[in-house]
Amino acid sequence: MIEVKGVNYTYQPGTIQEKVALRNINLEIPSPSFLCIVGANGSGKSTFARLINGLLIPQVGDVIVDGINTKDEDKLWEIRKNVGLVFQNPDNQIVGMTVEEDIAFGCENLGLPPKEIEERIEFALKAVGMEEYRKYPPYLLSGGQKQRVAIAGVLAMLPKYIVLDEPTTMLDPKGRKEIMEIIKNLYEKEKKTIILITHHMEEAIWAERIIVFFKGEIVAQGNPKEIFSKDELLELWGLNLPLTTRISKCLYERGFNLPHPLLSPEELALWL
Amino acid sequence: MEVLKAFPLGQYIPSNSFLHKLDAKAKIIASFWLILFIFLLRLNLSYLFILLLILLGIYISSIPFKYFLKSLKPVYFLILFTLIIHLFFGEEGGKVFWRFGIIRITELGIKMAIFMSLRLIFIVMITSLLTLTTSVLELAQALEDLLKPLAILKFPVHEFSMMMTIAIRFVPTLLDETDKIIKAQKARGAEFGKGSIVNQAKSLLPIIIPLFINAFRRANELAEAMESRCYRGAQGRTRYRNSYWSLKESLFITFIFCYSVLLLIMF
Repeated sequence: MIEVKGVNYTYQPGTIQEKVALRNINLEIPSPSFLCIVGANGSGKSTFARLINGLLIPQVGDVIVDGINTKDEDKLWEIRKNVGLVFQNPDNQIVGMTVEEDIAFGCENLGLPPKEIEERIEFALKAVGMEEYRKYPPYLLSGGQKQRVAIAGVLAMLPKYIVLDEPTTMLDPKGRKEIMEIIKNLYEKEKKTIILITHHMEEAIWAERIIVFFKGEIVAQGNPKEIFSKDELLELWGLNLPLTTRISKCLYERGFNLPHPLLSPEELALWL
Repeated sequence: MEVLKAFPLGQYIPSNSFLHKLDAKAKIIASFWLILFIFLLRLNLSYLFILLLILLGIYISSIPFKYFLKSLKPVYFLILFTLIIHLFFGEEGGKVFWRFGIIRITELGIKMAIFMSLRLIFIVMITSLLTLTTSVLELAQALEDLLKPLAILKFPVHEFSMMMTIAIRFVPTLLDETDKIIKAQKARGAEFGKGSIVNQAKSLLPIIIPLFINAFRRANELAEAMESRCYRGAQGRTRYRNSYWSLKESLFITFIFCYSVLLLIMF
């Protein structure tokens, strides 16, 4: 379980450039679960991702991962082992010169013997469906494939929690779909706790719980249906409803007999 | 993307030959030793045996000969220059065939011209044998192992090798980005490669500055990603590709060593 207790984070405190990123955040993330954090640009959601694995340490409050406080410098590596972080730009998080080298990187840092690293590479490549690309250099891969490699690199460290910070932002629609399928799989098959950070509301429909960040504060939380029914508020928070939900809303308002909000295109198709 | 395709990441040509499978450390040591050794050799028939050794190496590397000729291309001029200098401005010695002012062709001059050019060709061939059969990654890791003794002198061996690996890894990424920036600036009407040298240099600024800014941004993000994956330098780190120094490598080094020492004694 990840506990976030009364966390405040300010960038460059005490200077002219002082910028409050997060204010009084309280959150409990049970394991396993699928949590989605949505918010417009500058809402503090990326800062939140960096707080969970101790890249940033809160000035006020505590972040506790499985009983270990991120302020405990000696155990920081224990936390990072358990909390994998996938970033937005796949190009800037691949260290290795080939796919397998990159997946090995995290395992090497954990000090694993080569034989176990071999097994973990195979497992991770299979989980993201990149077996044939094992020997490829990253520059020959598409954006979606690179992001899959990045996920595999994190997955090979066998973390309990995987935090994905806008993993699909730099990708084309096809790559976006691939990555979402993998994320769903990680939750359903591998039983990982997923913390997906995004501003694409379409991606939030799979989550168990959605948390809305606005100007550094949590303004709403609930399951997708609850969140998506607050359409006016969402607009105020700088978020757009997914296309499916917008259609279902329009139809509902024009007196059609269907529940609102509807989340997936399949559901909508069924009702139509 | 055009720039990217034109860029060969090292010269490595994958294959399954004996030389490819040999540990990169053995290859580096052998190459350095041979290059050093060529300078020790007296200028006589021993060169023929070096040539034989190199040809043997090329044969078992199963890399087409044209790649070796291609690798000589950048040094054609240097070889020609050496040849001419020694041929026409050679030392006094032996018979003098022709003399005109300071230009003279002497027996010793001809000999030097041949041997000095051969020396250059040999050095290039030996380095090519190394780089054509070893990937950049293997080279970087082998170098880390070979530099390990320097750690006693507080030389950051692991960091150095990690730096090299990352630099090589980001070459295609940055080339791709340069391509994009050039296109973006051209779309705004920038002209490159025109006017005086000063103007040409000035026109590069709008490429270099965004490239640098982006490189710093990338470095920052990469550092975050590496730290997130528990990177903390060499401390407590293992290696997936363990170096392997087996009997094969020892025999190879022994062979190269004996062969060269024998040449030195015999000739």
